[in-house]
Amino acid sequence: MNSGFWLPAFTLWRRELTRFWREKARVAGFVGSPLIFWLVIGSGFGNLSFFFPGALTLTVMFSAVFSTMSLIEDRREGFLLSMLVSPAPRSAMVLGKVMGSATLAWIQGLMFLAFFPLAGFRPSAVAIAELVGVLFLISFTFTSLGFLLAWQMDSTQGFHAVINLLLFPLWMISGAIFSIESAHGWMQVLMRMNPLTYSLALVRHFLECSNGEGLPPLTMSLVVSLTTGIALWMASTFAASQRTTRNFG
Amino acid sequence: MIVVVEDLSYSYDSRVAIQDLSFAVPKGQIYGILGPNGGGKSTLFRILSTMMHPTSGCASVAGFDVRTHPAEVRRRTGVVFQSQSLDRKLTVAENLHSQGHLFGLHGRALQVRIEDLVQRLGLYGRTSDLVGKLSGGLRQRVEIAKALLHEPSVLLMDEPSTGLDPGARRDLWNYIERLRQEQDVTVLLTTHILEEADRCDRLLLLHHGRKVIEGAPAELKSRVGGDIVVLETAAENGLENSLAARFGVQPHRVDGRIRVEIANGHRFIAEVVEAFPGAIESIALHRPTLEDVFLSETGALFE
Repeated sequence: MNSGFWLPAFTLWRRELTRFWREKARVAGFVGSPLIFWLVIGSGFGNLSFFFPGALTLTVMFSAVFSTMSLIEDRREGFLLSMLVSPAPRSAMVLGKVMGSATLAWIQGLMFLAFFPLAGFRPSAVAIAELVGVLFLISFTFTSLGFLLAWQMDSTQGFHAVINLLLFPLWMISGAIFSIESAHGWMQVLMRMNPLTYSLALVRHFLECSNGEGLPPLTMSLVVSLTTGIALWMASTFAASQRTTRNFG
Repeated sequence: MIVVVEDLSYSYDSRVAIQDLSFAVPKGQIYGILGPNGGGKSTLFRILSTMMHPTSGCASVAGFDVRTHPAEVRRRTGVVFQSQSLDRKLTVAENLHSQGHLFGLHGRALQVRIEDLVQRLGLYGRTSDLVGKLSGGLRQRVEIAKALLHEPSVLLMDEPSTGLDPGARRDLWNYIERLRQEQDVTVLLTTHILEEADRCDRLLLLHHGRKVIEGAPAELKSRVGGDIVVLETAAENGLENSLAARFGVQPHRVDGRIRVEIANGHRFIAEVVEAFPGAIESIALHRPTLEDVFLSETGALFE
């Protein structure tokens, strides 16, 4: 094991989890939000099976992006400085932080996923394993995106604004609330250009164990989702390895 | 020479922060960079800690150039930031462990090193406390322990006493001096606090990004001639001109007071008071301080 890379990455990953666990308000919100969703929506909603995959994805993506806000706190509190003047490579730093936040979002997604019988799904054991993987991929993708944005920002307020501006539209045109085929021509084009459409399609594929009528093909969905995740992660690593004076304010 | 800076310059867009700065720090010394705020200290600190590249010139730590070999410099440098760099939500031990991991230390070796530093810095019994709950002085000691984990040969400290109460400041200096002796580290610190500068082995005065003068504090003070006599007068009565005419001294009016550098100040005081009865509100004498050194070398007040 190369202790110059994996050890820093590991310690930063563990730090995210420890910090999360210390903040009981965050833990409460983390556990509570899927429960409340099911209490409210589950008690009086007709077409649950259509909205379940979208709600699951939404939970994961927001949880993922918002946990990268810790990067802004790290900068404000000065902890980022000690990472930057250590010999640990920036790529290890990015991997540790991204994996830490992604792990949290992923666990929350799994908690949400556990309610699938209530929505009327009967996926096979293999499909469940695949879903677990897909949820991790979505978590990883959105923490990478969050990192990339948080790296440029000094205030959590600004971060909130940008995230809401970006994430909601992305989610709305991903097939979460209306399907691709029910959309107008130009909207269909937009939806097909949205990488999230493909991740959501993966969730639907595995949950419904169907051949996925009206959805992008499985292989294509997998390729697009993986490519997006890796590209965003690489972009974060690149951004973090740039030498800028503003990180040291 | 463990830290060498040669013809170093740094500019932020149009503003020049450091200009043609050269100095060298001998091994095992406590070396202070003294200057008023905005004089270029922080910029120098950032360059030496490899956070910024110099615009021109070069700097090296333990023989490695900060620009071309930043990783080597980082392995040999412990950095204590002015804005603290600890994770307040982690305990002292957790902070030290993750710092060790960032430097590739782990297992038994790391544990031994942590225990040793905890002892030396008087943090025994506090290791499972959350950093956010510690006092400023204790937190500063954890910062130092953290910076020393990887056994650096140079400890870089940015304004180490700022924000500490006098007791904590005294403690800090006792620790710094002990570490220098026991751990054989060279300490390079920036400061704008004169009492702190007085405790350094050598000092470099920095003003507007340029070197004013360099030397041991006592040596610098001995350059100022004799004593300093400060007179307060009732009004702008032109007393400085009369003083110059009568005693052949070069008085400066600074901040509403007249300041004279002169040998045998006690005699001068007696003569002045006799010569100008009623014109003087108060008169005082002191041995030159670093403030006087700064004033006499730059013509500007240290503030």
